[in-house]
Amino acid sequence: MESNNEWVRVERTGAFKDLVRRKKAFIIPATIFFLVFYFGLVFLGAFTTVLNVKVVGPLTLAYVYAFAQFAMTWILMHLYVRQANKWDDLVERARTEAASSGEGGPA
Amino acid sequence: MSDQVIAIIFFVAIIALTLGITAWASRKNTGTDSHYVAGGNIKGWQNGLAISGDYLSAASFLGIAGAIALTGFSGFYLSIGFLVAYLVVLLLVAEPLRNMGKYTLADMLTSRFNSSSVRSVAALSTIAISMFYMIAQLNGSGALIGLLLGLPYWLSVIVIGILMTVYVVIGGMVATTWIQIVKAVLLIIGTLTLSILVLSRYGFNPLALFAAVENDIGREALVPPAPTPGIEGLWLSLDVISLNIALVLGTAGLPHILIRFLTVPDAKTARSSIVTATWIIGLFYLLTPVLGYGAALIVGQDAISNANAAGNLAAPQLAEILGGPIFFAFISAVAFSTIVAVVAGLVVAASSAFAHDFYTNVIRGGEATEQEQFRAARYAAIGISLAAILLALPAESFNVAFLVALAFAVAASANVPVILLTIFWKRFNTTGAVTGMLVGLISAIVLVLISPNVLTGPNPEPPATPIIPIDYIFPLKSPALVSVPLGFLGCYLGTILGGRGAEREREQGLQVSYDEIRVRANTGISNIEEEIREAAPETEQRTS
Repeated sequence: MESNNEWVRVERTGAFKDLVRRKKAFIIPATIFFLVFYFGLVFLGAFTTVLNVKVVGPLTLAYVYAFAQFAMTWILMHLYVRQANKWDDLVERARTEAASSGEGGPA
Repeated sequence: MSDQVIAIIFFVAIIALTLGITAWASRKNTGTDSHYVAGGNIKGWQNGLAISGDYLSAASFLGIAGAIALTGFSGFYLSIGFLVAYLVVLLLVAEPLRNMGKYTLADMLTSRFNSSSVRSVAALSTIAISMFYMIAQLNGSGALIGLLLGLPYWLSVIVIGILMTVYVVIGGMVATTWIQIVKAVLLIIGTLTLSILVLSRYGFNPLALFAAVENDIGREALVPPAPTPGIEGLWLSLDVISLNIALVLGTAGLPHILIRFLTVPDAKTARSSIVTATWIIGLFYLLTPVLGYGAALIVGQDAISNANAAGNLAAPQLAEILGGPIFFAFISAVAFSTIVAVVAGLVVAASSAFAHDFYTNVIRGGEATEQEQFRAARYAAIGISLAAILLALPAESFNVAFLVALAFAVAASANVPVILLTIFWKRFNTTGAVTGMLVGLISAIVLVLISPNVLTGPNPEPPATPIIPIDYIFPLKSPALVSVPLGFLGCYLGTILGGRGAEREREQGLQVSYDEIRVRANTGISNIEEEIREAAPETEQRTS
């Protein structure tokens, strides 16, 4: 399995480890957060009446919470894209590190 | 000029425009690469608009407006669910898919599993999802176009069916993408105009609109339906949860949405297309309460449910009152373009699964020539369209809206577990992938067949029509609450109990090493030796 060594070589670079660590550090908490935030609305709406109170004029808590989902989606989306654009540099570094670390590349 | 003549002029204009696009695209549609994924040449903003177009189907435009008009806040769940679903796509699926896939969902899975059974089952679930979705769209639109233009149901279905076939067979993914872009722009213009007209009656103050809803319709339109006591109430509450699971997870498994990420050159462009799409989709859904409540207040709930029991005509009815016959014709034409664009996208997804996965890779073992593949892709598009038309024609008198829910449930239960585990689970094996997809697919379908959607009992509550006069066995209309965990369980048990174990599969060449998957999914490197060689001189220059 000649080519597998190459994949492992990329995997072992500091840049790749850094990339995976940073991705996990963002994606796992972000995913847990939006699932809890969204299903919080659904659960409260389906099983309780706490969302029925009026908050702003005629606007009920249900709608305020629902509109907050839009803000959350847009904010998370932009945070993700900002992070991900930084990750691209790490991918580039992983490539060059793998190339210079291996015995296979030109010395 | 009568209203219907104006409407027909608009419809003909839309048809001419889309056929013009198809003719232009046909010159670019020269091979399988352009046919399946527009050659991977779509720009970020274009793909963003096209994704928005795929997302904002007639169900979004007509269905949600009607649901909010008739049921209030519960209709708005659909808007939020579809939007938040985008985060699942963005955070978990989009980039690995772009990095690992080629033409289809099965390509992505088989970049790890060297197995024709994985490919076949993935193709089967893609075709099933797209078919359910297409039949529901054709059925709904047949009735809709019938009402707007006075055409009989069967003729409407056939007209839409022929149009979608022509777009895809002649123009491939290039035409489908551009029709989707044009339609997205039309839909945005239509929705914005309609919302401004509604808000102008309330001093451009959304709070005044909500106040009017509270006064004229009642507080209950602004809150989720109160939980009802007893077992029936429990089922209703669980059904809300189940529906939302299907919406939020299912989107990340819908093939016609996923293949959009394969039409762009790289993960960076996929990302930028998501920015455009999320803004457009979010703003659109943010306006759905304005459309829905506007229709309830200005058209009236009775007039809406009399025209269509599910409220699907609420938006066009609102347009007629606010903007007269020409605006009504415009909004109807927008709805029509929405339908044809979405069904065309579905035909691409289903036919590429059939031609590329079944024919080229399973039957021909990947040995077909480019010419044969291209021909197969076109024949498959004709076959898929024909099947959808033939299945939609006898469904006229049934309320098949549940097929959309079924499509989402199958996507969430059969595709999402296997996509996620292929990317993230080192021990995952072929048996687990096949078992998981089959369990998800079959459980979602069986649960719907024994649910109140199909086993309606003799006297279902309107707008449901009796289909099979037997009482239901499974109480939830949306099966996701049960079928999604079953899909994951199928993947897990299949992996643990069956097959050879991931390590043995690697040794025997049945799956590639997880090192490769991890690097590919995270970096987009596909041709490792070449890319490392290319990267090497740079370091030399820098160090010297």
